[in-house]
Amino acid sequence: MAEPLLSLRHVRKEFSSKVVAVDDVSFDVHPGETLGLVGESGCGKTTLTRLILRLVEASGGEIWFDGRELLGLRQKELLAVREDMQVVLQDPYASLNPRMRVGEIVAEPLVTHGRVRRRSAAARERVAELLDAVGLEAGSQDRFPHEFSGGQRQRIGIARALALEPKLVICDEPVSALDVSIQAQIINLMKRLQAERGLTYLFVSHDLSIMRQIATRVAVMNLGRIVELAGTETLFTAPRHPYTHSLLSAAPVADPKVERTRRRIVLKGDPPSPADPPSGCSFHTRCPAARAECSATRPPLAPQESPGHTAACLFPVSDVAALT
Amino acid sequence: MSLLEINDLHVEFRLDAGTVKPVNGVSLSVEAGQTLAVVGESGSGKTATALSILRLHPTPPCHYTGGEILAGGRDLLRLPEREMRRIRGNEIAMVFQDPMTSLNPLKTVGAQIAESLRLHQGLSRSEARAQAVEALREVGIPHPEQRAGEYPHQFSGGMRQRVMIAIALACRPKILIADEPTTALDVTVQAQIMELLAALQERFGMAIVLITHDLGVVARSADQVLVMYGGRPVELAAVDDVFDGPRMPYTKALLRSMPRSDVPGGAPLDPIPGSPPNLFAPPGGCAFHPRCALAMPECATQVPPLLERAPGHSAACLLEGSP
Repeated sequence: MAEPLLSLRHVRKEFSSKVVAVDDVSFDVHPGETLGLVGESGCGKTTLTRLILRLVEASGGEIWFDGRELLGLRQKELLAVREDMQVVLQDPYASLNPRMRVGEIVAEPLVTHGRVRRRSAAARERVAELLDAVGLEAGSQDRFPHEFSGGQRQRIGIARALALEPKLVICDEPVSALDVSIQAQIINLMKRLQAERGLTYLFVSHDLSIMRQIATRVAVMNLGRIVELAGTETLFTAPRHPYTHSLLSAAPVADPKVERTRRRIVLKGDPPSPADPPSGCSFHTRCPAARAECSATRPPLAPQESPGHTAACLFPVSDVAALT
Repeated sequence: MSLLEINDLHVEFRLDAGTVKPVNGVSLSVEAGQTLAVVGESGSGKTATALSILRLHPTPPCHYTGGEILAGGRDLLRLPEREMRRIRGNEIAMVFQDPMTSLNPLKTVGAQIAESLRLHQGLSRSEARAQAVEALREVGIPHPEQRAGEYPHQFSGGMRQRVMIAIALACRPKILIADEPTTALDVTVQAQIMELLAALQERFGMAIVLITHDLGVVARSADQVLVMYGGRPVELAAVDDVFDGPRMPYTKALLRSMPRSDVPGGAPLDPIPGSPPNLFAPPGGCAFHPRCALAMPECATQVPPLLERAPGHSAACLLEGSP
């Protein structure tokens, strides 16, 4: 297999010395794939994307991108790396400057990195190409973000992310703010752009149904740690970590017959606070299969039967019935 | 017998920017122990319908321009405000989407539950306080005696939504209106809250009107489903009929377009083109016609009526024939 495009090794982030938002996270993202990062609010998935983009400084570990270690780079060197690493954010209302025209918004990365001059003919031409690629009319350049619907705004955000022809696009909940009927449009667009341009995605979402449709592999995060990582079909059909089982079981499926007959794990209690994480396995306080050892030992990610499948559980579970 | 019946409800917002009609001809009924889900995207009129039941829209700009809302033998649209206040939180209660902004941050949760008990049931301060502790116990909050004396910021999101449910159910309403009650919650917490609502419904037999955009939540908890689009009801049927045999092209397209967690990925999804309508400038005729693959010329001019196409299954589409 080719060298990974992005490699995280033991990445850690502490806030105010108490809250460990990201704890010993290691994984690789290979060229052309979509690595999904799924987890509930507060699990550290958004912090992790900010660490990779160096919008937040890590407390420890290494982040390798395209052969370079990012955490040691100076600001100037970082600027060059960022041409190859772009981001699409969740809220298409908050992430576009309301006072800039769409043409300026999409051209801004090109101007910042000195590829075109502001308001030049070359900039307009390049922006027109990008808008066309995301399914917007070239005439959209002269309009303001408020003239567009949520789905169209997210297309503008994607056009901006593609302007520099990056290798990696980090997508943080890119469809969560959109109506159901629009989500499929944006997912199809992102898949098409990936195929056409050989893009690599790190795709963050709390939504398992979207994950199954877009990800090549999925990493499940809980309280700052990766607890399971596997190819998408393996993760959805043969998960081993009780937390993954619980997430899958909790997500309602749009089919009343399936809903009436499925075995459901209903967890007791609240998710623990990241400021006061439990000892041992971070899931043991809610885990239906927890044993005494689970509160004492923190399980490492260990290989499971299928290749590339790892889970951080002392007593991995194959059959969901063991948890209901 | 239905506890709540809405017939041909019309609501208008008269704003400076123009008149918006978020609810046009909605009819529905819910029976004791049953859940009716009202489903739609943003701007479909589902929340406007829900808030109309308790007359929670401020007038102006809101005007209830037609129809009736029948509960307990009265038309709520024609009651004086004073009587309406006796119904809110008592016979008919509501749970909102965001528990953080709907609880008072300056009052203990016990006091907020006791408020409606004292107002509606005339309980004394100490009786109401004891009842409030019981209400917290019913919704599964551990150590309710201690928790009743705490403030909303001391609760997690899921626990706050339990508090909201405790407030709503304190006076044993016959009808509960739940507006996206789990949308702000994580999926494992959502599952807990849905189980809780189902258990309480079984115990107290209330009718629930569930407002949601999430078809998974509908499949899990609804008996009947009303689909809304562009301010109009477009399909109404039992939950199995809506999922197995949808008749309105919008419902069909919506079900096809949904990414599903129980279906392998790989194939492209089947999206609905375009965007939901702008209520300031709604399209003529059927609001869905600009996005509908099956639209005919008359769809742009004729508003299809919601008619019963099979026993218990209504749909608003000219393809299904008109009277």
